[in-house]
Amino acid sequence: MGKTLAEKVWDAHVVRKGDGEGANAQPDLLFIDLHLVHEVTSPQAFEGLRLAGRQLRRPDLTIATEDHNTPTLEIDKPIADLTSRTQIETLRANCKEFGVRLHSLGDKEQGIVHVVGPQLGLTQPGMTVVCGDSHTSTHGAFGALAMGIGTSEVEHVMATQTLSLKPFKTMAINVEGTLRPGVSAKDIILAVIAKIGTGGGQGYVLEYRGSAIRALSMEARMTICNMSIEAGARAGMVAPDGTTYEYMKGRPHAPEGADWDAAVEYWNTLHTDADATFDVEVDLDADTLEPFVTWGTNPGQGVSLNDAVPSPEDFGDENAKLAAERALQYMGLEAGTPMKDIRVDTVFLGSCTNSRIEDLRAAADVIRGRAKDPNVRMLVVPGSARVRLEAEAEGLDKVFKEFGAEWRFAGCSMCLGMNPDQLAPGERCASTSNRNFEGRQGKGGRTHLVSPVVAAATAVRGTLSSPSDLESVSVATGDAA
Amino acid sequence: MEKFTTHTGIGVPLRQSNVDTDQIIPAVYLKRITRTGFEDALFAGWRKDESFILNQEPFNAGSVLVAGPDFGTGSSREHAVWALKDYGFKAVLSSRFADIFRGNSGKQGLLAAQVAQDDIELIWKVLETNPGTEVKVDLVSKTVECGNVVAPFDIDDYTRWRLLEGLDDIGLTLQHEEDITAYEATRPSFKPKTLPARS
Repeated sequence: MGKTLAEKVWDAHVVRKGDGEGANAQPDLLFIDLHLVHEVTSPQAFEGLRLAGRQLRRPDLTIATEDHNTPTLEIDKPIADLTSRTQIETLRANCKEFGVRLHSLGDKEQGIVHVVGPQLGLTQPGMTVVCGDSHTSTHGAFGALAMGIGTSEVEHVMATQTLSLKPFKTMAINVEGTLRPGVSAKDIILAVIAKIGTGGGQGYVLEYRGSAIRALSMEARMTICNMSIEAGARAGMVAPDGTTYEYMKGRPHAPEGADWDAAVEYWNTLHTDADATFDVEVDLDADTLEPFVTWGTNPGQGVSLNDAVPSPEDFGDENAKLAAERALQYMGLEAGTPMKDIRVDTVFLGSCTNSRIEDLRAAADVIRGRAKDPNVRMLVVPGSARVRLEAEAEGLDKVFKEFGAEWRFAGCSMCLGMNPDQLAPGERCASTSNRNFEGRQGKGGRTHLVSPVVAAATAVRGTLSSPSDLESVSVATGDAA
Repeated sequence: MEKFTTHTGIGVPLRQSNVDTDQIIPAVYLKRITRTGFEDALFAGWRKDESFILNQEPFNAGSVLVAGPDFGTGSSREHAVWALKDYGFKAVLSSRFADIFRGNSGKQGLLAAQVAQDDIELIWKVLETNPGTEVKVDLVSKTVECGNVVAPFDIDDYTRWRLLEGLDDIGLTLQHEEDITAYEATRPSFKPKTLPARS
């Protein structure tokens, strides 16, 4: 019988098949091709190595960047928050001691770890990629098996360049059809999570398939794979194709010459065989999909932007009902309110989900020539220093600044508010990030997850909006005049 | 890692689903570079509310957390496990755990026991009716006991074995170092290396 993409990548990395039966059965030991490191989940792992007198086995397969704690303003000054500064300085000292390549704040390759890896061409099809960060699933867009790990596993990879893993089950997410204008990859993944739930993918590797996925750019595929974890799946994948190769070619660490040819020959085998079976298949219709937005405090609590805030009574399951009640209270929302009537205070365009150049372009296209709602503040945080430079070369920074948005330096920023970019209690935000958990963007902050174009349209109108709402507004104004 | 065979302690009913790791420990506490000292950070947001379960006696002395489904979702932060352990929790019961949280627990000797939701409901009732009731978690027989409720729980065999023996993962893997070296020799040349740096 044929194999799925995930099974092929898995099998190609088995260092040692798990042996033993019953209580002593061991999982497979898999080789890790790329280990991404950042300041938050690594200090205790480096310390563990030191205490045990162990070396970092493969510095040449390891790369670090500073992203979670870094400020997005005045980056040439010392970091004001002393604990943040200590954590950054600890990473610098550790990378020096163990010989790890590090891109520090101010370096042109610095940025969010999941933006930096693909950008440098270090993320390639058929690889195993790990990082002490759950959004490592992003790299699955290349047909890599990529997953987030905890700090104990970070230390394990540092010491052994392997991980012991229990086999996953496989789930196909079939997205057929053509997305309508104003509907994007973010809407696909928010709809998938709403459909299967935050626990629906637990124990599975997801493979995104179908004509709508094939039509997406690499950056859009990254957006989808990024949020696989929000459906409970540790990893999500897209089979590599011409789009993938075109994105990779010429990147700093992409193979060259004969290596490129050998790589492509291998990459062409990385697809699910016709006679392979998935444990579960889920279908989503791209033709009818509308912009999606969350109303609650977990990423599964989402609806179409044209819908209203649901009522707890809409949920059959008692736990879901309780969760909805609690979420409405936290979010300060009443059941039945049209989503488009919800007014926001802040718009955040950034995060490893949506901070790449295409995201910035899409948002800029919506706001160009329009005025920002004066009561809304908008933060634009490029995913990496390089994305920022690229955007500036295209003049996007001017579009954002003229609109009244703040143009910041690269980092995780307000996605999780480890740096000064946070929401105040009660502040409501339309955010292109990945988690609407209580307090995620700042204590008491209220998050609605949206796509870049919905974020941009919302900044114009002040209420949750799609770009198509803007057209009707401008037509109406024209008629009145 | 310490061996885990059985533990008996006060059960804490947390009637909530989707307890994500941002709730277990907010990001602001992740700036520390130590592996211990996170007890103040556990559920820091919720603990500001006086009615939160861990602000009530005798639950504040609890060591077995009994939570709703989808516990530990979201961020991979192992700090969530460290905070639970530092506070004094030895075991968490839920009908469904997020994969990364469950893995992290296993590495740190915190028992993540998967109990059917119907049994969780029964245990919640006992704990709410008689606050301070102890829960016994037996890893040898894979059962939990609370009042008159006795329920089985699931845990993967490998994690169970490692917990029972108190084994260190890295040490286990390094027994197979020859296999790793042999695998490394077979890797194709087109696989990327981070060094020397190119940009």
